[in-house]
Amino acid sequence: MSAVDLADEPGAGPPAGPGTEPAVHSRAYWALADCWNIVRRGLTHYRRQPVNIAWQLGFPILSVLLYGYVFGSAMTVPGGGDYKDFLMPGMFVMTMAFGFINTATIVVYDATKGVIDRFRSMPMAPSAVVAGRGVTDLVVACAELGILVLTALAMGWRPDGGWNFLAAFGLLLWLRFALIWLGVWLGLLVPNPEAAGGLFAVAFPLTMISSIFVAPQLMPDWLGWIAAWNPISSTAAATRELFGTPVGGGDSWVEQHALLMAGVWPLVLTAVFLPLAVRRFQRLSR
Amino acid sequence: MGDGHDKGDGPDSGYGGDGGDGDYAVRAEGLDKRYGEKRALDGFDLAVRTGTVHGLLGPNGAGKTTAVRILSTLVRLDGGRATVAGLDVGRQAREVRARIGLTGQYAAVDEVLTGRQNLEMFGRLFHLGGKRARSRATELLERFDLSDAADKGVGDYSGGMRRRLDLAASMILAPAVLFLDEPTTGLDPRSRNEVWDSVRALVADGTTVLLTTQYLEEADKLASRITVIDQGRAIADDTPDGLKNLVGGDRIEVVVAERADVPRVVKVVARVTDGEPESDESELRVHAPVTDRVAALTEVARTLQDEGVRVEDIGLRRPSLDDVFLRLTGHRTTSADEAADAVSDKRTSGKRASDKKEAAV
Repeated sequence: MSAVDLADEPGAGPPAGPGTEPAVHSRAYWALADCWNIVRRGLTHYRRQPVNIAWQLGFPILSVLLYGYVFGSAMTVPGGGDYKDFLMPGMFVMTMAFGFINTATIVVYDATKGVIDRFRSMPMAPSAVVAGRGVTDLVVACAELGILVLTALAMGWRPDGGWNFLAAFGLLLWLRFALIWLGVWLGLLVPNPEAAGGLFAVAFPLTMISSIFVAPQLMPDWLGWIAAWNPISSTAAATRELFGTPVGGGDSWVEQHALLMAGVWPLVLTAVFLPLAVRRFQRLSR
Repeated sequence: MGDGHDKGDGPDSGYGGDGGDGDYAVRAEGLDKRYGEKRALDGFDLAVRTGTVHGLLGPNGAGKTTAVRILSTLVRLDGGRATVAGLDVGRQAREVRARIGLTGQYAAVDEVLTGRQNLEMFGRLFHLGGKRARSRATELLERFDLSDAADKGVGDYSGGMRRRLDLAASMILAPAVLFLDEPTTGLDPRSRNEVWDSVRALVADGTTVLLTTQYLEEADKLASRITVIDQGRAIADDTPDGLKNLVGGDRIEVVVAERADVPRVVKVVARVTDGEPESDESELRVHAPVTDRVAALTEVARTLQDEGVRVEDIGLRRPSLDDVFLRLTGHRTTSADEAADAVSDKRTSGKRASDKKEAAV
C-alpha cells in the first residue's frame, strides 16, 4: 500500500545488521520514503488523538457561529453585500493562518522531547523530518478546510464562482504552505512547548488586523492601511473574488490586486522563512 | 569543523589514525567543542574496546553528553577526531548512523504512538521495509518484555517501560555501538534493575556499549572499564576495581558519643582493616577501608558493645563519585559548574533538571 512496502525483502527474522540498507534504491527514493513515514507518523497522531483536530477546528467554527449569528446582524459590508460572503472566506484564511501555531507546537515538542534527535541519529534523510512535517500539515489543512466549508454551507453560505473555488482552495493551501516554514522556524527557536503556547497571543491580534472580519475601510485610516497590507488580507480578498462573492473590497492598490498579492505574499514568506527554518535545523548540530 | 585532525596523532598517542581496526569500537582523540567561551570538551580522549561496556563517568556539566552527541553524529566537533565502528563521525556520518543506537535523556520515543507503532516507524525509517519492520517490532517487544503493553500509548508507560522501549528502538538494526546516555536517571530502583538487565543482555549479543552516568554504582555494575571526565577532559581511565582502589574501596565508619573513646575505637577498627584507620576527633569519627564488609561490621559492632563504648552511628560506606573526584581532582563534584552541558543543549536542560529532581525523590 505504501511506497516503502515495495522495499520488503522476503523473510523476517533477525536484524538486518549494520549497513544493510538495500542499495537497489536511490537516495531520492529513500528521501521520499522517509518523508512518507514521517507523514504517516503525523497522521497517526491525529488518529490517536482526534481531540486535537477538534481543538484546532473549535476556534474557527466557534468564530463562524459567533460572527455569523451573534455579531453578524450588526456587521456591515461596505458597498453592500451579505456579511456571510465576507466572513466565510475570512474564516478559511484565519484557520490557515493559525496553522503555523500547530506546526510550531509540534516541532518544539519533538525538539525538546528528543524525537528529532533520535531521527537525526538514524541513517534516514534529514530533510524528511522537516518535509514530512510540512506534508502532514498540508493534509491536515485540507481536512480542516473541508469541515469548515461544510459548516459554512450548513449556515447558508453559497459560493457562486463555479470551478474557481478550486483556485481559491489552492490559494488557501499556498498560504498555509508558506506559514509551515514560519512554524518550523519558531518551533526550533522557542525554548519549550509552554512558550509555543504564547504564540497565539501574538498571532491573534496580527490576524485580527486584517480584512478577515471587518473591511479595512471601516477602520481608522492608519489601521486600515496596515490591515489592507496584511498578507492574509490579500488571500481573503482573492478567495472572496474566486468564490464569486467579491464583497467589501477596497480601493487601495493592494486591495485592487488581491489575486496577484495572494500569490506573491506567500512566496515572500517562503523566501524568508524557509531558509531561516533550514538554517535553524542545521544549527541543531552546532 | 574537521580541522585539527592531525593533532596529537603521534606514534605514541595510542590512537592511531588507522580507523578500521577491530579492537576499538569507539575512539576519540583530542576532541574539542566550544560553546562561545565555554569549553564543553577540551582535548577529550576515549578508547572503547569492541564488545565491552565502557562507562563514562562524570558530574553534570563535565562534558559527558557533549561527547555522546559528537560520537553519535548529532553535533559537529571543533577539533580532534573520532571514529565509531571504524568510521569517521564527521565525514562518514551517514554510515556511522547505520551502525549506532542512541538511547537516553535526549533520544526519545514518540509518546503519542503505541510501543508497536514506535518500533514499526523506526524500523521503516531504518529502511527495513514494512513487513520486516512489523516482524522486528514484534520480536523486540517480546524480548524487552513489552508484549502486553505493545498496543498502549507510550504516554501511559512507566518510566522503566519507556526506557526499555527506548532501548528496543535503538536495537532495531542490532547496532555495533550503543550509546546509553544516563539510561536510569529518574528511575526507581526496580526499573533501574530492569534496564540494567536489558543492557547486560545486549552486550551478551556482542554490542559495544558506551554508558554515561553520574553514578559510580551504575558504572561499577555494568562497565568493564570506566573513563572519568571532568571539565571536558578524561582525567582517569581504569577498571572499576582500579578506580575503587584509588579511593580505597568500601569503608567502615564509626561515630562515637565521646571524644575519649576515639582511641579505643581506632584500636578496634585496626583489627578488621587492611589499611590504616583514620580518625577525625572533631567529628568523633573513625573510618577505615575494609574488604570483608559484613564480617568487619559485625566484629566491630560486637567488640564495641562488649567494651561498653557508646556508639552514635556505625555503618559501611561505599565510595561515591564524589570520593573519586575528590581523589582525582582535589575538588568535589560541584553543580555550580553546570557550564558545558547546559550550554550544549539549552532547550533540554529544563528536562534534565526535572529528571534530577525525580531521581532525588
